[in-house]
Amino acid sequence: MTVLLSTRGLKKSFGGLRAVDGVDFALETGEIRAIIGPNGAGKTTFVSLVCGRILPDAGTIVFDGGDITALPAHARVRLGIAYTFQITSIYPRLGVFDNVALAAQRAGGGGLRERAMAALERVHLERRHAEPAGTLPYGHQRLLELAMALALKPRLLILDEPTQGLSDAEIADFITLVRVLSRDATILLIEHNMPVVMELAGRITVMESGKVLAEGTPAEISADPAVQRAYLGAPADG
Amino acid sequence: MTDAGKAWMLHVALIAALFALHFVLPAYHHGVLARVMVLAVFAMGYNLLFGYAGLLSLGHAMFFGAGLYGAGLAAYHLGWSVSAAFSAGILAGISLSLAVGVLALRTTGVAFMIVTMMFAQAFYLATLHFNAWTRGDEGLVLQTASRTLGSLSLADPATRYLAALALFSLVLLLTLAVVRSRLGRVLVAIRENEPRTIMLGYDTFAAKLAATVLSGAICAAAGAAYALLFGYVGSTLVSVQYSILPLLWVLMGGAATTIGPLIGTLLMYYLVDLSGGPLDRLLPGWHLTYLGVVGVALVLLILFFPKGILGTVRGRWLRWLP
Repeated sequence: MTVLLSTRGLKKSFGGLRAVDGVDFALETGEIRAIIGPNGAGKTTFVSLVCGRILPDAGTIVFDGGDITALPAHARVRLGIAYTFQITSIYPRLGVFDNVALAAQRAGGGGLRERAMAALERVHLERRHAEPAGTLPYGHQRLLELAMALALKPRLLILDEPTQGLSDAEIADFITLVRVLSRDATILLIEHNMPVVMELAGRITVMESGKVLAEGTPAEISADPAVQRAYLGAPADG
Repeated sequence: MTDAGKAWMLHVALIAALFALHFVLPAYHHGVLARVMVLAVFAMGYNLLFGYAGLLSLGHAMFFGAGLYGAGLAAYHLGWSVSAAFSAGILAGISLSLAVGVLALRTTGVAFMIVTMMFAQAFYLATLHFNAWTRGDEGLVLQTASRTLGSLSLADPATRYLAALALFSLVLLLTLAVVRSRLGRVLVAIRENEPRTIMLGYDTFAAKLAATVLSGAICAAAGAAYALLFGYVGSTLVSVQYSILPLLWVLMGGAATTIGPLIGTLLMYYLVDLSGGPLDRLLPGWHLTYLGVVGVALVLLILFFPKGILGTVRGRWLRWLP
């Protein structure tokens, strides 16, 4: 397996708060990786550094063998890093189709309409393509944002708390969908819903206070006493 | 017919109607419409940035002024021909909007409004300061002899109307092409949600700068045409109200509609023109200036008609209007 994304000594402070404090991280091509950790652990700051929404104070980020530390966010998206926001970010006043077409247009190539509709079909929103995006129910807006990310044909898909606010049925569909997507893209997700993490992730990275606390398979992580203290709570016995 | 086909047909029909009016309008209204078409070009340039990209500038008088003075000074002091002076005006607009854009686009929202307004005030004060060349408020009158295009005199009402119509048509079709283009869609995306647009991989600063320069060039073309067609170049035409007026015209006609700027400019022109007499009779001694009419219209528009005339038409009936 080859390393798709790696960071070394990544640091970012906001005032006196060290949100990300020296993170060394490596992600292999084809993985589904979950990042977990308590609120304020630095998860969203870390992925924001990776996708370029904020720039680090120190450290390097390497994507597909190239140093992207100084690249602006839009240039990183062009290299194949797609990001869905923690708080759903779509174009509510534009049509569902137009939302995805903006992503497909940037990805380039012919057959814009077909590519946009194909992305909508993957999240089962094709029949609502003419509706204004803002009138969709919340769960569908999250799926629409995912369709926009898919239309970019990303190599790395970063999902920031994707199941937040979804119903149980929607979460089950989402898990199936992410499995399908992972055939084409490496997936990095921040997630609070532990059953989703345990079911999807091949490996889990645990963050606390801006540092990586532990990393391993779901089984290793759930057995790790340090992780249990920090995040999962005391093990339930009997 | 496709929506694109309908849109192009509508625009061509509008141009044909304006051409037909050339033969039927009485002299006074013929003259008004020529002036309105030039000012509507100014409004269309403003609309590109405000309506489509969502950037509210309060300084577009400087771009109109760049064209006005660029063309006017070249014709008056250097004796340049109409076509050379017109090109100089547009070039001045492009250079100014590029420089102002690079600096002002580092800000957004209210800060962008203030920065653009400050640049425009600096431009206005410069036209007063360099009194020796501009004659400030008094302004310059371009002699009829210097305003000829081949054997045609731009001071002649018929030539003037047709020249204004030619510029208007060109800019109208250009605007339609731009808003239907890839850039046009990206500008709307920036207006609707800029962080999302960046995270779709678009260089939003470059797109906004392109819109600013295109807007500046169009407004400068209006200013240059104004100088050469009406023969007057003065500081009052670059004062702060000429930054507010295009905003008002666009709001009235419908922001982010291609034809709205013409409708807004036309209605506002006649509103100011026709309200003066009745207002004086109704409220004698109030001395309401046209700015009073403009202010009241702006307040009423924002309160009751925020989408403007064509914006409302599009919302209710014609979804395909560009």
